[in-house]
Amino acid sequence: MDAAGCVYVKFFRDVIAWFADAEHWAGADGVPHRLWEHLQLSAVAVLIAMLVALPIALTLGHIGRGGFLAVNTANIGRAVPSFAILVLAQQFTHDIGTKPAMIALVALAIPPILTNTYVGVRAVDADVRESARGMGMTGSQLLTRVETPLAMPVIMAGIRTAAVQVIATATLAALIAGGGLGRYIIDGIAQQDNVKLFAGALLVALFAAVTELSLGRVQRVVTPGGKTAGRPVVAEVGPAGGVAALPR
Amino acid sequence: MAAGVPCTATKAWVCWGWVGDHKDLITSAVRQHIELTVVAVAIGLLISAPLSLLAWRRRRAAAVILSGTGILYTFPSLALFGFLIPFTGLTFLTAEIALVSYTLLVIIRNVLAGLDGVPAEVREAARGMGLTPTQQLLKVELPLAVPTVMAGIRTATVGTIGLVTVTALITYGGVGNLILLGLRKDFRTPLVVGSLLSLLLAVAADLLLLGLQRLLTPWTRRGAST
Repeated sequence: MDAAGCVYVKFFRDVIAWFADAEHWAGADGVPHRLWEHLQLSAVAVLIAMLVALPIALTLGHIGRGGFLAVNTANIGRAVPSFAILVLAQQFTHDIGTKPAMIALVALAIPPILTNTYVGVRAVDADVRESARGMGMTGSQLLTRVETPLAMPVIMAGIRTAAVQVIATATLAALIAGGGLGRYIIDGIAQQDNVKLFAGALLVALFAAVTELSLGRVQRVVTPGGKTAGRPVVAEVGPAGGVAALPR
Repeated sequence: MAAGVPCTATKAWVCWGWVGDHKDLITSAVRQHIELTVVAVAIGLLISAPLSLLAWRRRRAAAVILSGTGILYTFPSLALFGFLIPFTGLTFLTAEIALVSYTLLVIIRNVLAGLDGVPAEVREAARGMGLTPTQQLLKVELPLAVPTVMAGIRTATVGTIGLVTVTALITYGGVGNLILLGLRKDFRTPLVVGSLLSLLLAVAADLLLLGLQRLLTPWTRRGAST
């Protein structure tokens, strides 16, 4: 009992020592550089996914077509394991490192953004749409001034889901020789270095949590009428599950 | 390796010779994948059932349970492995703890949504017939919630099947082991076979559970489900 306890105490001391070691804060394998790689990869992937998914989903939602496509991309996205996407992307690009990882991450980030945006626009009350038309709004005015703002919380929920998922999967990208915080975890497992492994896990978890919380705050800010207005169908769509938990 | 024939050395997407030579490896990978998934979903259900009922009966508990399992759900899987491996090693247990963690939120959320969806009139009628709250839950509310609950179980199962490919990193990865093998040897066949099998397993499991759901709820034959 005592011996086991001592082992754990020593382990956590080692983890603290790992973080205290200046060597782990400098150079290409240092925490700041790895964090920057992780952040850069994730942010660019989510931005590209937004550029692809938002116009398509807003248009489809506005004209009320293609719901099958919009909802099913998310379902298919869920069934294809991200690990497989990552490794296949690597084989398709004949490359290692950032490029295949980026392709895989964009592919993963598109479904939740696409589905949430579509669902959000469709969920705008028919009466609201009707009265906007009655006020003489054109189709594009309706989309930009009524539908998009009202759908904003759901769209943000989709972006948040995508971002958290991308950060988690970007960790896995270290497997295909990418950088990022996942390096510590993958290398930790490979080198049987539990201290490095644990430190890496701590960093990844912290990064994901900070992202989740800050995007959650953004989501609340863009919700018209405060906290509760955007909730109904909406809350079921996030977090991180895509339409996962949508009971349908 | 074992075959040593030309196509194992090429960049062909699928080398059937290799597949033929490694039937046992592939079958055992599929078996392990199913085993890991079934155990994870079963344990997930066992844990979710009391938690769901507790959350259903007490709204304050619901907030705690949902946010707790929500945190587990959004937790990056590799980070979870990183926290577990120093203590439980590269074991079946580590893989299962991770897999089970991800099933909880989806199942509990759907049980609650299903119970919430029971029409107030139905509840009223049940009470009017003199059913106790427990009878009401078992005979009326739960059966009506079955489609939603099953949708949750399907989501959890499909998600678990995908995640099992990642637990290949802790050596218990089912067909994920094939993907990892392909990656390590830079050889496409096991990689493609592993990816396809995991997709196939996910679709098969989803359809199987959908069939089960239809059997359980003969009254919903028209529409509703999916």
